[in-house]
Amino acid sequence: MKLITTIIKPFKLDDVREALSEIGIQGATVTEVKGFGRQKGHTEMYRGAEYSVDFLPKIKIEVAVKDDLLESAIEAITGAAKTGHIGDGKIFVSDLLQSIRIRTGESGDDAL
Amino acid sequence: MQDQIFELQYAMDTFYFLICGALVMWMAAGFAMLEAGLVRTKNTTEILTKNVALFAIACTMYLVCGYNFMYDGGLFLSGVTTVAGMDDAAIQAVLDASIESGFGDMGEYAGASDFFFQVVFVATAMSIVSGAVAERMKLWAFLLFAVVMTGFIYPIEGGWTWGGKSVFGLYELSYSDYAGSGIVHLAGAAAALAGVLLLGPRKGKYQESGAVKAIPGANLPLATLGTFILWMGWFGFNGGSTLKLGGIGVANEVANVFLNTNAAAAGGLIAAMITARLLFGKTDLTMCLNGALAGLVAITAEPADPTPLLSTFIGAIGGVIVVFSIVTLDKLRIDDPVGAISVHGTVGVFGIFAVLLSDSDATFMGQLIGMLTIFGWVFGTSLIAWIAIKAVMGIRVSAEEEEEGLDIIDCGMEAYPEFVNQ
Repeated sequence: MKLITTIIKPFKLDDVREALSEIGIQGATVTEVKGFGRQKGHTEMYRGAEYSVDFLPKIKIEVAVKDDLLESAIEAITGAAKTGHIGDGKIFVSDLLQSIRIRTGESGDDAL
Repeated sequence: MQDQIFELQYAMDTFYFLICGALVMWMAAGFAMLEAGLVRTKNTTEILTKNVALFAIACTMYLVCGYNFMYDGGLFLSGVTTVAGMDDAAIQAVLDASIESGFGDMGEYAGASDFFFQVVFVATAMSIVSGAVAERMKLWAFLLFAVVMTGFIYPIEGGWTWGGKSVFGLYELSYSDYAGSGIVHLAGAAAALAGVLLLGPRKGKYQESGAVKAIPGANLPLATLGTFILWMGWFGFNGGSTLKLGGIGVANEVANVFLNTNAAAAGGLIAAMITARLLFGKTDLTMCLNGALAGLVAITAEPADPTPLLSTFIGAIGGVIVVFSIVTLDKLRIDDPVGAISVHGTVGVFGIFAVLLSDSDATFMGQLIGMLTIFGWVFGTSLIAWIAIKAVMGIRVSAEEEEEGLDIIDCGMEAYPEFVNQ
């Protein structure tokens, strides 16, 4: 099992969710986050005082997938989240040691 | 028949005071929303508490002794006619007085309505202070100051101006201020300035490099709503200051006051908007809001005599002044989160002298001496009051408390508990 953590632009959330649904992934956790990469921030003005906004709002999606779905999941996310402009985000893949469905107690691939 | 017409005049003029008083009371909601919108989330509950509490304290202190200091209304309003006091004999006395004065001059109206109209002005003056000291002052230090300001400081200078009393028996003022650019607005700003100088800026606002850190307000929709509420309430503030409605000339004056008040607000907003756009490259909403209020403050000393075009112009000058004043105060490292000192103080001074543009009876010296008397008295006594409060209980929260937010420290509750805080 693998845990995919992906950072995307907020307005891409619905597209990515749909793309994941299409390949059979049925659950995800979404968090509102802030971050910066090479996109950097921008300066704003409030009552004559300039301030820089270094952190930009992003969406973080965490999905646990079976090993055989990993490649298509990455493809789906990339296809849906990409705009071609700077700030599109990143995908991180890590090994998932265990996963358990709380209601039934199922574990491993059965829990995904 | 004649009696009935005089009874109607009494009723109409009383009613007018009451409605205008209710409109000015509504300004308290305006201040609350404006300030709540311009502070950070973690300080919102506290500023709302300050606003509701200062209104209640103003109403009570003015009732207890303020009205007596200002207009000799009697301690605890002993001089105001109650319902029981308005018996047949009293009614006949009022009628006789009406018949004697005819339809000229002030005419007769209920004493209670006079108090009601006056007390909401006290609350307005006090409310100016709460925005300037926001985000770092102890709640109860502020409330203690409110007791002193509304029970004593404001009524004394109000007595010298609208009350017609001499200044400690030394001199009389020949100062013209229709609805209170100086008496209410400059006074509030002077008290605020004294407090802010003693309090110091918010932590991190001014950096050693000289840069000013922006601390954006949490809720601009509330700030905008507050501004519109204040704008509407101002019709009562200026309109009611005509003090009478029954009569052709007077009714026409009231109509012009409403018109000019509105025109000045509009002029102020447009001028501030353009000024901010030119200075900062962006159209700063908060400057637009401050601009509208500046226009209103500018016209408040004389909203009856100017032409509509002149009123727009006066408001516009106020709008330009306020933007520069806000920037200048930051350069002087005087931290005013909502721009209260600029809107009510800097523009209040302008409003005092703007009277000379349309009122030929007013004199430059009269306005100057009035302005200096009001400012000197309010700033001086306020400073003493703030110093005393600071000695007794301290006026500023600790650095950790300021970091955590006054909502938790003073009120024990958050304004937006379901939202994730920064």
